Amino acid sequence: METGEIKPKNKIHPHKFTLWVGIGSIVMMFAGLTSAYIVKRNQAGWVSYDLPKAFWYSTIIILLSSLTVQLSVKAFKERAMSKYRKLMFSTLVLGVLFIVLQYFGFKQFWNAGMTLQANVAFSFLYIIVGLHGLHVIGGIIALMVMSLKAFSTKIRIYSSVPVELISTYWHFVDILWIYLLIFLIMIR
Amino acid sequence: MSTVTAQEATHHEAHGDAHHEHHHHETFITKYVFSQDHKTIAKQFLVTGIIWAFIGGLFSVIFRLQLADPNATYPFLEDLLGHWAKGGKLQPEFYYALVTMHGTILVFFVLTAGLSGTFANFLIPLQIGARDMASPMLNMLSYWFFFLASVIMMSSLFVQTGPASGGWTIYPPLSALGEASSGSKIGMDLWLVSMAMFIVSSLLGGLNYITTILNMRTKGMSMTRMPLTIWALFFTAVLGVLSFPVLLSGAILLLFDRNLGTSFYLSDIVVAGKIMPNEGGSAILFQHLFWFLGHPEVYIILLPAMGMSSEILSVNSRKPIFGYMAMVGSLFAITILAFLVWAHHMFVTGLNPFLGSVFVLLTLLIAVPSAIKVFNWLTTLWKGNIRFTPGMLFAIGFVSLFISGGLTGIFLGNSALDIHLHDTYFVIAHFHIVMGVASFFGMFAGVYHWYPKMFGRYLNNTLAYIHFWVTIVGAYLIFWPMHYEGLAGMPRRYYDFSNWESFKMFSGLNQFISIVALVVFATQLLFIINFFYSIWKGRKVTKQNPWEANTLEWTTPIRPGHGNWPGEIPEVHRWPYDYAKDGKDFIPQNVPFGADESKDH
Repeated sequence: METGEIKPKNKIHPHKFTLWVGIGSIVMMFAGLTSAYIVKRNQAGWVSYDLPKAFWYSTIIILLSSLTVQLSVKAFKERAMSKYRKLMFSTLVLGVLFIVLQYFGFKQFWNAGMTLQANVAFSFLYIIVGLHGLHVIGGIIALMVMSLKAFSTKIRIYSSVPVELISTYWHFVDILWIYLLIFLIMIR
Repeated sequence: MSTVTAQEATHHEAHGDAHHEHHHHETFITKYVFSQDHKTIAKQFLVTGIIWAFIGGLFSVIFRLQLADPNATYPFLEDLLGHWAKGGKLQPEFYYALVTMHGTILVFFVLTAGLSGTFANFLIPLQIGARDMASPMLNMLSYWFFFLASVIMMSSLFVQTGPASGGWTIYPPLSALGEASSGSKIGMDLWLVSMAMFIVSSLLGGLNYITTILNMRTKGMSMTRMPLTIWALFFTAVLGVLSFPVLLSGAILLLFDRNLGTSFYLSDIVVAGKIMPNEGGSAILFQHLFWFLGHPEVYIILLPAMGMSSEILSVNSRKPIFGYMAMVGSLFAITILAFLVWAHHMFVTGLNPFLGSVFVLLTLLIAVPSAIKVFNWLTTLWKGNIRFTPGMLFAIGFVSLFISGGLTGIFLGNSALDIHLHDTYFVIAHFHIVMGVASFFGMFAGVYHWYPKMFGRYLNNTLAYIHFWVTIVGAYLIFWPMHYEGLAGMPRRYYDFSNWESFKMFSGLNQFISIVALVVFATQLLFIINFFYSIWKGRKVTKQNPWEANTLEWTTPIRPGHGNWPGEIPEVHRWPYDYAKDGKDFIPQNVPFGADESKDH
């Protein structure tokens, strides 16, 4: 208390807070794109479409991965490190699987004649879903780093902040995907 | 040697619980190039900003030469610009490139990165009592992304087909179709890539500013004890973090239209007799996405200037700022309204008039918080014991320009009047005074006021006074007459007015404006000389608190190291505006409340 620099207990860690502000920023980007989508939806020449099946499978996968990442935070906090390693690695695998399924979804969509240039509705789908995919890939890179650190015998991590950061971000891309899915189904 | 180590040791202990690591064996590279010290990063932003301001200003001088006398030839221009000025006469294509780059450079590279980047980095940790930013690493990356953006934008000036030339607002189709003009080719691609880097830089910076302000304040520094500079920089960062991503999504769609054949913005277009395949797009969509950033951008530029002027006016009036909470509240109101008025840039795009009237109302509402701020600045000055330091003069100049430029905003905000005034010199006059020059004055005020803290030396006062008086008089002489030109219908972005009977009467005026612009530009060189000369040769600062100010940055050593305070971070006991209280000239924030001190401010 006498150091002059007091951190009240309920104060959020600066890195976590930075992540939340960053999430707000990403939300604005997708808000911009989805509003543009709504504007275009109401103009002439719009073509409705059905989402490829692979997108539905990928939804199940990303929901599962949210569960595993949450459990890995719990395991980390209990210092159950072997459990933590397994869960972190399975999250990574599920993340990669999500991207693979998204890719197949795109391929299916493209092969059905709904190419990038065919209609502005399809162009939007590729960009919105693709940008979300890029954010997931960013998360996968972070998961890879975390997994490597978890399996390394040289590095020992005691701070739970990095794990919590990745889990928050991962839940965010999950929720963002659910939002985009509902959005793309509702507004066709 | 041993004393140095001892000092370093105590230095370390005192802030062992700070959030960042320290470089104890700093090399030239880690200290001056890839530095994580917020003060060094601030200086990097400032110097880069000054270089850009010089280039952007020079561009305006060159196109003013063209406007002064469309038939004159200037052989030196051919030496400078090569085939862009054959025979010493500026080519029309390059005129557009110049106005485009002038806007881009000054709006983004100088008044966003140069202003926020400099003062948010410099002042936030110093004024809230923090060792550094929440994430010094992201902060360093923020500068280097800006540097990368700068290099790319700079390189676009040297490509064969020239830089982007479709206006700083890069409206499609000029920006979307490579065939549309010479500036729509590689120059436009470089512009977009550079801006993407710029947006990343600005987001990384903004995340850091917000987190630092909300999380890293020293003991006793409650939100309502923060200096107004910090409040303004906080709202600026919020605006940036929420609006730049939307520009990014607009730019992504534009990149796809340019390079991958999509049609977000394009429909039924014929270029040079060739029908383009694009169908179903809407150019107006881009304008919506652009101005959703574009309007908040105006306040991203303006708010830091407001905050710094508030602080400087109070310090040099030796009086508390008038209506502190009203100042904070009006900053907040401006931030909210900034997101709700973008369509007033689009009144003549065929916008539904009923929707237009909503935007008129919201736009005119901004006059309320703006007026609150103006009256508070004036009442702060009222009966003050004013010290006319160069910083103070520029802060007063800011208030003057903000009033003159703000008033014409009320005209432009009316959708009916805007039909006549849109895209005329009236608009040029309005935004140059209220946003361009006013923010420059805020920036100059900040530089003159905090230069002693930045470099431990003073700027030369005589040069500073010359700089101020020529600039303020010059700014009014340049932009005031443009209102008349605009009211007469003279359109902006035209290369040559001499073929219109109705604008012939302005040829003398145009010459006059160009001559003043030349003089004002030359005076800015004086400032640049003063700035760089004083870094090494200026009068040394000998007092820790040269302006006798209350804020925490003046409790650091004259040349603070990385970590800002050699010992403990001071604790804050009061708000930052206790001037002329209980007969005392000033009471710094770290002074505890006296036993017999009156309770209220």
